Amino acid sequence: MSITAENAAKLPADAMPRTAPRRLVGPAAWARENLFANWWSTAITLALGYLLIRYAVSFVDWAFLNAIWTVPHTAAGVPDTTACRDAKGTGACWAVITEKHRFILFGTYPYEEHWRPLIVCFLFVGLYVVSAMKRFWRWELALIWAAVLTLIGVLMWGGVFGLTYVPQERWGGLPITLILSTFGLAFAFPLAILVALGRRSKLPAIKAICVLYVELIRGVPLISLLFMASVMFPLFLPEGMNIDKLLRAQVAIILFAGAYLAEVVRAGLQALPKGQYEAADALGLSYWKKTGLIILPQALRLVIPPLVNTFIGFFKDTSLVLIIGIFDLLTAGKTAIIEPMWQGFGVEVYITLALIYFMFCFAMSKYSAGLEREFNAHRRR
Amino acid sequence: MSDSTADPRFARKAPTRPLRLSWADERVRNIVWQVLVVGAIGYVFWWLYRNTSYNLEVRRIATGFGFLSREAGLPIAESLIEYDPSMTYLRALTVGVLNTLKVAIVGIILATVLGTLLGVARLSKNWLLARMAGAYVEIVRDLPLLLQLLFWYALLQALPGPRQAMNPVEGVFLSNRGLKLPWFQWEHAHSMALLAFAVGAIATWAWRRAARARQMRDGQPRKVWPVAAALLLALPLAVWAALGAPFTPDVPFLRGFNFQGGLTVSPEFFALLLGLTLYTAGFIAEIVRAGILAVHQGQWEAAQALGLPRGRVMNLVVLPQAMRVIIPPMTSQFLNITKNSSLAVAIGYQDIVSIANTTLNQTGQAIEGIAIIMAVYLTISLSISLFMNWYNARIALVER
Repeated sequence: MSITAENAAKLPADAMPRTAPRRLVGPAAWARENLFANWWSTAITLALGYLLIRYAVSFVDWAFLNAIWTVPHTAAGVPDTTACRDAKGTGACWAVITEKHRFILFGTYPYEEHWRPLIVCFLFVGLYVVSAMKRFWRWELALIWAAVLTLIGVLMWGGVFGLTYVPQERWGGLPITLILSTFGLAFAFPLAILVALGRRSKLPAIKAICVLYVELIRGVPLISLLFMASVMFPLFLPEGMNIDKLLRAQVAIILFAGAYLAEVVRAGLQALPKGQYEAADALGLSYWKKTGLIILPQALRLVIPPLVNTFIGFFKDTSLVLIIGIFDLLTAGKTAIIEPMWQGFGVEVYITLALIYFMFCFAMSKYSAGLEREFNAHRRR
Repeated sequence: MSDSTADPRFARKAPTRPLRLSWADERVRNIVWQVLVVGAIGYVFWWLYRNTSYNLEVRRIATGFGFLSREAGLPIAESLIEYDPSMTYLRALTVGVLNTLKVAIVGIILATVLGTLLGVARLSKNWLLARMAGAYVEIVRDLPLLLQLLFWYALLQALPGPRQAMNPVEGVFLSNRGLKLPWFQWEHAHSMALLAFAVGAIATWAWRRAARARQMRDGQPRKVWPVAAALLLALPLAVWAALGAPFTPDVPFLRGFNFQGGLTVSPEFFALLLGLTLYTAGFIAEIVRAGILAVHQGQWEAAQALGLPRGRVMNLVVLPQAMRVIIPPMTSQFLNITKNSSLAVAIGYQDIVSIANTTLNQTGQAIEGIAIIMAVYLTISLSISLFMNWYNARIALVER
């Protein structure tokens, strides 16, 4: 019961609202409560605090105070990395990023045309942002995706509207990572819905095929599928038909993602109360009408948070194409330090790549956590 | 309510209609759909098979697993069993499978321990500890594993050479040649002691079961730990002492440009183990945290109201319930460690994928090579799933 002005007058003076004693509020009390509650907690705080300060100081020293940001160029235009070599162990050599960031981000894409992959990256980010907004969660979103993905294809390949043609072999860096994960999702998602429906189907043959597909794919590592795409796929095709390596890897990623997404979608189908199915049947809807109008809109909404989490997984997993030699962000970073003068500066490059990956994944995971909280709001006590 | 099965109206079977050859009959539609789907998929596979057999014929690649008995000629840096390049491909692939299992098993154990600690730390009342564990989990889960592996490998290779090796504890050296640990010379007596330990473990388990059964009968709890100590510690020690108690320490030392003696952990294995453990521990921490949070607060309060001390509340009431939530996602993390160990190929640790890949490059047997990789992982995945399903069924809630 809250204390209002009129019933406050009836209360004795010492029951009037007062501020808590100083020992229970304020930063000192907070620290006593959360950092030094007992001797065990105090010991942990002191030990962790010591380690944190010690390593933070040496990290700041290495990454900022002693770091080398640029290196001079020799007369021939070759960067001279002796300063970096001298500082090795005491300071970071960020000069490798200053020199190589265009290569790491866009690979061997023609230098003057780098604005095109840059726009592509922003288009991808825009696409994610639009898809994340609830007001766009309708079937029309599929049209937006189709339009943006086509635009991305036009920008990357060129050859029309006065853009010079850039063959796929020269693409690289961040756009490849985004292409592999986003196109992977765009194609794997419809496949996953079909497989999930098939797995819950009453038809034994269809159910068996779907179960076999999902369990087989989930039982083997992605690398084995990528190897299959790179060495075995050419044997599968008739003579004269040749599919380039990126597309083969993309097919492998779609098949892989399809199996995992299918399980996520199936969880949504199972979570839907049986009454929804029965009510749709009672209305006399056909199977596809029931699925498209009643079941999927509800079931998919339910599984959006786990779908985002699965997508984060694929976004990270696309880095595996490094092993079959496709030029994604990680491969570009690894290739940038192959030149003898930059050898040994892997840690700096990997930290930079980690920041890029982290920005994407952290944003997505925060988004999915927020959605989950919102969806579960009614369950909280 | 009367017994409904006695009612003759319910005893009747549903009427069966004869199959009508019309699209309006659901059964006809079902059969047509299935035939169409199976036919389409069958056709695609037949088409792929025909192309493949034609391509293999053109390229003069013989199919079959005959190449397994040929001499491999591929060097393998670390192996649990005896191996040299003059042995067969089969032997080389076996070494690869053992290397995969080695890193997967050690990784599963370490990641479970570290992940559980982190999960509990995130729920700690100590703000600093909870925040640091939270930051760790968030960072590790949002970076690709392959990037982390390459990072650790680059870091290990940037370490000083053997002559300037880091020496944190006497006998332990960390250099760009990997980690060197003191060990001792393995002899027959040690194997026998290990065997005695295994026998002791089985006997302890049997004793514990018997003690439980007797407690169920008369309500008297019986101590298990004296028997366990005798069987698990005293028995192996006695066996070891009876066989002459051999112990020759084998401490690594620097000779020339490299170390001699001791136990070597190669940089490749070390980086892979480090990456897998740190990455998966982040996921396990979240699972453990969710599991503990899933146990209703009322369970804690009820157990404390019964007068149980805090430790027993955790052991007897909270953990058994949390385990039900924890086990299924934990299974998939264990499977993930095993499957992710295939990233070893990127940093040059010779696991099954790496060796099968070299094999298929040397022999041109692409289909067989990939079939072997897939068969190995499917077998491991199925075994882990079966074991965990059995364990899960054992601890599952028995409802009406």
